[in-house]
Amino acid sequence: MHTLSIKELSEGLRAKKFSSRELTAHFLGRIKAHDGALNSFITVTDERALKQADAADARLARGDAQLLTGIPLAQKDIFCTLGVKTSCASKMLDSFISPYDATIVQKLHLDAGMVMLGKCNMDEFAMGSSNETSWYGAVKNPWDTARVPGGSSGGSVAAVAAGLAPIATATDTGGSIRQPAALCGLTGIKPTYGRVSRYGMIAFASSLDQAGVVARSAEDAAHVLQAMSGFDPLDSTSVERPVDDLVGGLNDSIKGLKIGLPKEYFAEGLAPSSREKIEAAIKTLEGLGAIISEISLPNSPLSVPTYYVVAPAEASSNLARFDGVRYGHRAEGVKTLEQLYKKSRGEGFGAEVQRRIMIGTYVLSHGYYDAYYLQAQKVRKLIYEDFRRAFDSVDLVLGPTATDVAFPLGSKTDDPVAMYLNDIYTIAANLAGIPAMSLNCGFVDGPSTQLGTGPSTQLGTGLPVGLQLMGNFFSEAKLLNVAHQFQQVTDFHKQMPKAFS
Amino acid sequence: MPTTSETPQAMSLSPENIKQVAHLARLELPADRIGPYAEQLSNIMQLVDQLSNADTQGVTPMAHPLAMHQRLRPDAVTESDRREAFQAIAPEVDEGVYLVPKVIE
Repeated sequence: MHTLSIKELSEGLRAKKFSSRELTAHFLGRIKAHDGALNSFITVTDERALKQADAADARLARGDAQLLTGIPLAQKDIFCTLGVKTSCASKMLDSFISPYDATIVQKLHLDAGMVMLGKCNMDEFAMGSSNETSWYGAVKNPWDTARVPGGSSGGSVAAVAAGLAPIATATDTGGSIRQPAALCGLTGIKPTYGRVSRYGMIAFASSLDQAGVVARSAEDAAHVLQAMSGFDPLDSTSVERPVDDLVGGLNDSIKGLKIGLPKEYFAEGLAPSSREKIEAAIKTLEGLGAIISEISLPNSPLSVPTYYVVAPAEASSNLARFDGVRYGHRAEGVKTLEQLYKKSRGEGFGAEVQRRIMIGTYVLSHGYYDAYYLQAQKVRKLIYEDFRRAFDSVDLVLGPTATDVAFPLGSKTDDPVAMYLNDIYTIAANLAGIPAMSLNCGFVDGPSTQLGTGPSTQLGTGLPVGLQLMGNFFSEAKLLNVAHQFQQVTDFHKQMPKAFS
Repeated sequence: MPTTSETPQAMSLSPENIKQVAHLARLELPADRIGPYAEQLSNIMQLVDQLSNADTQGVTPMAHPLAMHQRLRPDAVTESDRREAFQAIAPEVDEGVYLVPKVIE
């Protein structure tokens, strides 16, 4: 059951091949059996999941089920879930039981009838590219448990790649959906800024944060993104615009589609083994009728420095709310209010979160604002203008998602700058606000520590490589269409890591 | 913090700078973290300093990717009173108010 697509699961439930309770119990069993090796969940909500499954079964029997009703899903632990611990992988929120549901939780579970398996591990407050900053410990990559799964949505991707959940939610501020999807061989999409509600999604950098999904295929992602998207009056940056049909056009031909390859994304710094897989994928798309041309995004090399001003500035402001007074961690034995703030925050936040709060405080402080923050917002405009120009001549922009395959655990934890450079290809889309996705385009034969056990039709070897597609505003349907067409003629997305098949 | 608005030179943060920023951010740092933070933040600011080379003459700073304006809503009550639910997760409350250490002697 854990290798079936969302569509197959939906059909199976309707044909009574299995009930939602059986399906849910199957995934809960897999979590129990395998998550010890991965640490992809912070909280598993077994009882609640089975109750939701029973309700879904009743809905299916009544005939008022939707396509997703009864299908299990894992939520990144950044989304508030009423009555369930919502930690954002921080000691600060270890005791936080959310008093309300995020809008996407409402949409996916209460409206669409999906079953929540639990809350996925992540980098603390979504700050990280390796899932090593979590208060609950690092997540392991199912393709090689000595390596990182990427971050910040590392738990979401590890769970889906290992078949512990059919699909999971994720969030992306600078690449946190796409980079982990690439490192774990999944399809992950970050929609246009404002397309999915941010209400109830714990804020990191509000002008960049956007929710999306990680899935095993573009088709699976399309179904769930469809149900998550839409205007929300509770989010002041939500876009008032009808949601496009993300599923109906998946089978459209991509003949004549113009794809631009930014030369800056293929310059020095991209691992030759990854480059080879991406170039092969470009040939595949060309074979499907796409027209390839070289373009330039001249300001893209400045996206990392721009991001490390804008994102920490917004984070330092957003995270000011954690003060030990109304909820979250509170330090013991303090005498003054200022001590209460300082000690609660000093104890409650991990090192990476503290670094970013301090960077943000620094760049916004008196005398530095113009040189850093204002200058960064100007460069951000230049990056945005690069894309506007590009989309005058091409339909989509294609490049690598990451510079290389998954790196070993612990190899970059002491060097924040080296860690930040992981997101060199993904950050620009957040700064510009455009939709972008990553999909698996092959495997590099790396030293895999996993040995195959159990029967499976397609066993992956090596480490996955991610291909990134970026589109103009609200072009999610086109991105998914191209990814789906690629997945019709390739089978990279169907492979599962041996140890978890 | 300096009080001039001149473009700062290639940045290096001293342990003293870290203590000052940590105070502004209301973070209590153990003494043994201040040195490593000074080094790491200096490296990050060095990366950020690439921005000073960008020609942004006449560029309007980005405000919103979709050039959207802040939406207004009718001035009507939409939330119910959920004080009990919110105070149930607070570290310390008494008779409906949040408790903090004494502020005024």
